[in-house]
Amino acid sequence: MNSIKERTQDIREAANHLGKEVFTDNISKKTEQRLELQKVSPKLATLEEAIRKSGLKDGMTISFHHHFRGGDKVVNLVVDKLAEMGFKNLHLAASSLSDVHAPLIEHIRNGVITKISTSGLRGELAREISMGLMEEPVVFRSHGGRGSAIANGDLHIDVAFLGASSSDPLGNACGYSRSENPKSICGSLGYALPDAQYADKVVILTDDLVAYPNTPNSISERDVDFVVEVESVGDSSKIASGAIRDTKNPRDILLAQQAAKVIINSGYFNDGFSIQTGSGGASLAAVKFIRESMIEKGIKASYALGGITAHMVKLHEEGLIDRLIDVQSFDKVAAESLKNDPMHKEVSSCEYASADEPGSAVHYLDIVILSALEADVNFNVNVLVGSDGIIRGAIGGHPDTAADSALSIIVCPLLRGRIPCIVDEVTTLITPGSTVDVIVTEYGIAVNPRRPELAERLKAAGLRVVDIKELRDKALSIIGTPAQLPFGDKTVGIVMNRDGSVQDVIKNIAE
Amino acid sequence: MMFVPGNNPGMMADAHIYGPDSIMLDLEDSVTMTEKDTARLLVYNALKTIDYGDTEMVVRINPLNTPYGKKDIEAVVKAGVDVIRMPKTETAEEVREVEREIERVEKEIGCLGRTKIMAAIESTLGVVNAYDIATASPRMMGIALGAEDYCANLKAQRTKGGEELRLARETIVVAARAAGIDALDTVFSNLNDMETFRNEVEYIKSLGFDGKSIINPRQIEVVNEIFAPKEKEIEKARAIVAAIKEAEKKGSGVIALNGKMIDRPVVIRAQRTIDLAVASGILSPEEI
Repeated sequence: MNSIKERTQDIREAANHLGKEVFTDNISKKTEQRLELQKVSPKLATLEEAIRKSGLKDGMTISFHHHFRGGDKVVNLVVDKLAEMGFKNLHLAASSLSDVHAPLIEHIRNGVITKISTSGLRGELAREISMGLMEEPVVFRSHGGRGSAIANGDLHIDVAFLGASSSDPLGNACGYSRSENPKSICGSLGYALPDAQYADKVVILTDDLVAYPNTPNSISERDVDFVVEVESVGDSSKIASGAIRDTKNPRDILLAQQAAKVIINSGYFNDGFSIQTGSGGASLAAVKFIRESMIEKGIKASYALGGITAHMVKLHEEGLIDRLIDVQSFDKVAAESLKNDPMHKEVSSCEYASADEPGSAVHYLDIVILSALEADVNFNVNVLVGSDGIIRGAIGGHPDTAADSALSIIVCPLLRGRIPCIVDEVTTLITPGSTVDVIVTEYGIAVNPRRPELAERLKAAGLRVVDIKELRDKALSIIGTPAQLPFGDKTVGIVMNRDGSVQDVIKNIAE
Repeated sequence: MMFVPGNNPGMMADAHIYGPDSIMLDLEDSVTMTEKDTARLLVYNALKTIDYGDTEMVVRINPLNTPYGKKDIEAVVKAGVDVIRMPKTETAEEVREVEREIERVEKEIGCLGRTKIMAAIESTLGVVNAYDIATASPRMMGIALGAEDYCANLKAQRTKGGEELRLARETIVVAARAAGIDALDTVFSNLNDMETFRNEVEYIKSLGFDGKSIINPRQIEVVNEIFAPKEKEIEKARAIVAAIKEAEKKGSGVIALNGKMIDRPVVIRAQRTIDLAVASGILSPEEI
C-alpha cells in the first residue's frame, strides 16, 4: 500500500463514503508572467455591458454613494446610460444627492426614475421635488437608518453602482489610490459599504484602474460583480478641500467658543471621552478650542467619529485622540490619513450609526456637536427643509448621533439674516427633541429640561443658560413673526425614523 | 470700543453678542456721502429698537462743518445714545459747539445732561490742544487717538512699532488723566496680524490707556485678556483694599501689609485692579 496505485480502491471507497468524485488530473497550468494577469479579469466591462449582465430590469432599485459630494459624476453618468438603454420606472437609492444631480429632473420627467430614497437633496432637484415633481414621495433616511434598512431588507438594492477612487480589475476598491496619478480622492467609502455587501449585483466604476492587488481595500472583490473603467468619477476640486479651513466669521467663532465651553463644563470632558463634530465653520472652530483645553488639562480622547476632518487628524497625530473612526473623510488631509494610518479606521454606515447593530460606534459616543437649520421650543431639530419650505439639506447622521450620544449639542445661530432659527415648531421633524440636550446660540445656551443636572453644571461654570422660549421670543422681537408657508396637499417627502417607522411627511410648497 | 459701520444693519443687529464694552456706530468715515441719510436713519432705529443690554452705545457723528453733523446729533440724541464721538477734534471750541447742539436737542425732548461726549484727536493741533479738549465740557468722558489722519498730518509713516505715535499717545493719556476722563487708543486694522496687534495692546496698556478701539469681534478677546488683571494682582489688590478698610475702621490712615507701607496711590491702583476685574467678568460685583 505504499503507492498511489495500490491505494486506488481505497480512494474510490473514500470518495463513495463522502459522496464525491475521484480526482482526475486534467489541470493545464498558466505560464504567463503573472503581472500580465494582474491587469485583467472577466469582471472588466463597459458600463453598458455591466448593466446588461447585471440583470437590471424596469422597476428595480439602483444605488449610489455620495462620497464625491459636489464633484460626483457617477450618478449622472449611469442614469444617462440607463435612460439611453430605455430603462423606466427605476428606484434610485442614493446615500445622498446634491446640486450636481440636477440632470435627474429630466430623467424623472421622462419616467426613467420614479422613486428616490436618499438622506438629502439640494439645489434645483430639491426645489423641483419640493414643488411636486414626483408622484411618489422621496423617502428620507438618516445614514444609520439607511444602513439598517439595507441590512434588514427594508431597502433592497438590485444593482449598486459604486464609484471608487481606485480599483483593480477584480473590484478591490477604495476611496484613495496608491497609483502615481490618482484623480478623484475621497477617503472613506463608508456609505457605500452596506450597498457593496447587500446589493444583489455590484458594479464598481473607477477612473484609476490599477493592477491586482489593490490592497488595503475598502470594498472586497468578493462583493463585486463588474468593474467599469471610466474617464472620471468626480471633479476633484469639488470633492474635498486641500487643507485645514479656519473660519473667520466672528459669529461662528463665538458659537464655537460657547460650544467648547459647554463640552468642557458638561461633566463628560474626561480622559477617554469620545467625540464627533460636523464640518461646519463653528464645529471646526470648536475643535480648536477643545484642543487647547485638552492640552491644558492633560485629557485625551479615545476616539473621534464620523465625518473626519483635517482638524481631527491633527489632534490624532498630536496624540490627543487615540483612534479615528471614519465613515466619511471631509478633506484631503483626512483621506490621506485614512490611507496611511492604521489607527484611522474606515467603517460602514452600519458600523457608524445603525441603531440595531450592537457594535455601531455611536452607541459608545460621549459628545456630538451638530448644526441645525432650525430648532423649536421642544428641542426638535430640522436639518432638511428650509424656512421657505424647500428641501435644502440632508439628514446625515444627525438623529443617529443625537439619540445615541451621552451629550448632544446643537450649534445654531438665533438669526440667519431675517430668518429666525429658534421657532415654535420646526418645519419638518428630523431629530426628536427627546434626544437633543443643549442648543447653543449667540444669545444664550438652552438646556433641555430633561437634563437639569447639565443645566446646573453649565450655570455653575458661568455660562449664559436661558430658557429656550426666551430665545424664541428674542428672535421674534428682532424679526417679527414670519408669514405661514404656503404648503399644498401633496406629500413630496417621507421622513423615516432610524428605527424604520415613519416620523414626518413633507408637503409640496407653492411657488 | 468696537467700530461698526452705520450703514450695515446685519452688523449693527448683533454687534453686542461678542461682548465689547462699548459699540461705536459710525456715521462718518465708513459711510459714503450718498448714504449719510440712510445710515443716520438706520442708526436711529438700531438705537431705538435693538436691545444692546449693558453695552455702552456710542455714535461717531460727522463734523459740524459738514451738512450732516447737526442732523446726526439731533437723531442720535433723540434715539437715546450714551456717547457722541466727535471726529477730528482740534480745539475746545469745537467741543463746546457740539455741546450746545446736544443741549438744544436734549432741552427739546426733556432729558438735559444725558448725553456724554468723547473726542477723537486726529491731528497735530488736536494733540497740542489735548488737555483743553479734554476739559472743554463736563460732558467729556474720554479722548481717543485717531492714528491714520494724525500721521498724515504729522508727515510720518506708520510703522509696526508705532514710534511715530509715541508723543501723541503719551500726550493723550496725560491729558485724559489730568482731566479725570478715559483715554482710548487708535484702531489696528490688519486682522491677519494678531501678533503685532497683541504687542500693541500690551504696549498701550503699559502707557496707561484705558482701552483700545477695535474693528472686528476677533480682536475683543486679546484686548480683554491683556487688560484683565492677573489672578495674583487681583488677590493682592483685594488684600490691600481689605486692609485699608480695616485701618479706616480703626481710624488709622497709614497701614502696612506684609511689612510694606500702603499709602493712597497704592490703594487707588488696587481699586482700579478690582474695577477692571469686575469689568472683565473675572470678579462678580458681589465678590468685592
